[in-house]
Amino acid sequence: MGGILKIAFKLLVNDRGKFTALLVGITFAVFLMVMMTSMFAGILTRSSSTVINIGAKMWVLDPAVNNVSSSIPMPDYVQDVVRSIDGVKYAVPLYSGGAQIKLKNGVYQAVTVIGLDDASLFGRPELIKGKIEDIYAENGFIVVQDAEIKKLGNPEIGSDFEINDHKGLVVGIARANISGLFGIPTLYTTFSRAISYLPSTRFTASYILVEPKSAKDIPHIKQEVGKLGYQALTDDEFIQKISDFYKFQTGLGINVMLMTAISFIVGLSISGQTFYTFILENLEKFGALKAIGAKGHELVSMILFQAGFTAFLGYGLGVGLASLIIMSAKLRMPDYAAQITNWNLGVAFVMVLIIASISSYIGIRRVIRIEPFDIFRG
Amino acid sequence: MASPAIRARDLAKWFGEGDARTMAVKSVSFDASFGEMLYIVGPSGSGKTTLLSMISGILKPNSGSVLVEERDIWKMGSDELADFRLNKIGFVFQDYHLFPKLTTLENVAIPLILKKRDWSESMKVAREYLDIVGLAQRAELPPVKLSGGEQQRVAIARAIASRPDILILDEPTASLDGDTGRKILEFVRDHILNDTRCIIIVTHDSRIFEYAHRIINMEDGRIVGEEHEK
Repeated sequence: MGGILKIAFKLLVNDRGKFTALLVGITFAVFLMVMMTSMFAGILTRSSSTVINIGAKMWVLDPAVNNVSSSIPMPDYVQDVVRSIDGVKYAVPLYSGGAQIKLKNGVYQAVTVIGLDDASLFGRPELIKGKIEDIYAENGFIVVQDAEIKKLGNPEIGSDFEINDHKGLVVGIARANISGLFGIPTLYTTFSRAISYLPSTRFTASYILVEPKSAKDIPHIKQEVGKLGYQALTDDEFIQKISDFYKFQTGLGINVMLMTAISFIVGLSISGQTFYTFILENLEKFGALKAIGAKGHELVSMILFQAGFTAFLGYGLGVGLASLIIMSAKLRMPDYAAQITNWNLGVAFVMVLIIASISSYIGIRRVIRIEPFDIFRG
Repeated sequence: MASPAIRARDLAKWFGEGDARTMAVKSVSFDASFGEMLYIVGPSGSGKTTLLSMISGILKPNSGSVLVEERDIWKMGSDELADFRLNKIGFVFQDYHLFPKLTTLENVAIPLILKKRDWSESMKVAREYLDIVGLAQRAELPPVKLSGGEQQRVAIARAIASRPDILILDEPTASLDGDTGRKILEFVRDHILNDTRCIIIVTHDSRIFEYAHRIINMEDGRIVGEEHEK
């Protein structure tokens, strides 16, 4: 560290009151920004949990579908046509729907039922207990062990329940890669059992899962599916579509953006005001430095260093605090949907940079304008 | 007397324009020599601080020149002028302007750090200068823990740490009692002044006039008299 920056560092940290106020301001702002965007990221990820857990490369769906749970069933011919498209390795139907099950204790519980293609079981979950072939057994269902499993009374293999006047039998316990958004337990069964046990519309396939032969076949597949009046999306595109729905059509995104903006303004206000006061109180000293022979760019570098150091330290503390809170919350509430991603770390970082830039700009303007002559005049 | 350290010629400075124009300094010329302790005295508003600012490269005159080593400092660029102040001028401000959040030692080291000297070397040299002003034992204290006289000596140590040719003291006794003020001036004359240094003091404290080699009297922006050491 250059001597002049060391002086800047000591001037900053030795003024403990102001330094603490600056740090608290930036830490608090970063904490709020990271918390808000992390919760949003967690919600968005969970909203696409089925897409992520099933793991298909392409999904064929009705263009009006904007999230997994609001599927619009497609006629069987769509699957036949999709299978015949050049570049399609295979295509299988997927059932996704909601149901009420009656537990042994008489309580009704809403569940999400995923019906996997009978022949391939494409999109099957990873089992913790049981064997996947048991899904073909009479009344066989696989329960996903996530935060919601307790709502089913923590079933084990052999536990049974009633679903739409049919018996359901737990034949396996599966691991959940990502839990769902709405706090509803998930059951897997075969496609044929799903459509026979649950009330169905005339069309039954919620989605058609497609495995392209290669990535370069994807545009052609999309084009051909489009001709049928349906939409073929890669998994990433489907996730994006779902995210866009929650961001722009539910008010969720706007609210989170508003909260993030408010956090930013609060952080900027506290930090900007404190830093400005810090500069004002040291203005004469900066003027004295100028009189002694400090050049303008040296004073600017001092202020930038002070603002930057505080911003980065506050950023680290804010991110650390948010991580700690999220980790603690997840220990007590497994359902807690917050996820720190590179994206929200980046957003917070950019906002902290803006806070530091605006704060230092205000300070630099004052310091550049101070005339050493004013120091003599007193 | 030795050769001139500063030659001020026809310096004039005014503030404001038109009817609001105030002449602070009106065509002032004088020399200050190495080995000399020169006082600029006069009542408040006589222009002495403005004159001091112009000869030290802080306030640009409206006309006239300030020659140091045969160069007009007001023809220098801003960075060169900053270097001139750093290398040639030592300032002791009326209110000292010490950094309360730095130690006394670090305060003294500031000009050395601005001269890009290594931190530890700057501290070593600063300690030597603190020793010169008799405050080596107070090196690690913040200036606010020192008395007014001690703070004045710290400011002097800071001003001379970069070994300037010209030392400028602005109202050095304004915040001190009579005894302390006299001791400071005695110290400056006996320990800081030498044949390669010129000391210019702005003051209106007649109690310390006895330490001057020469006194320039100012009134209404003009030099109205000059007294030499008897």
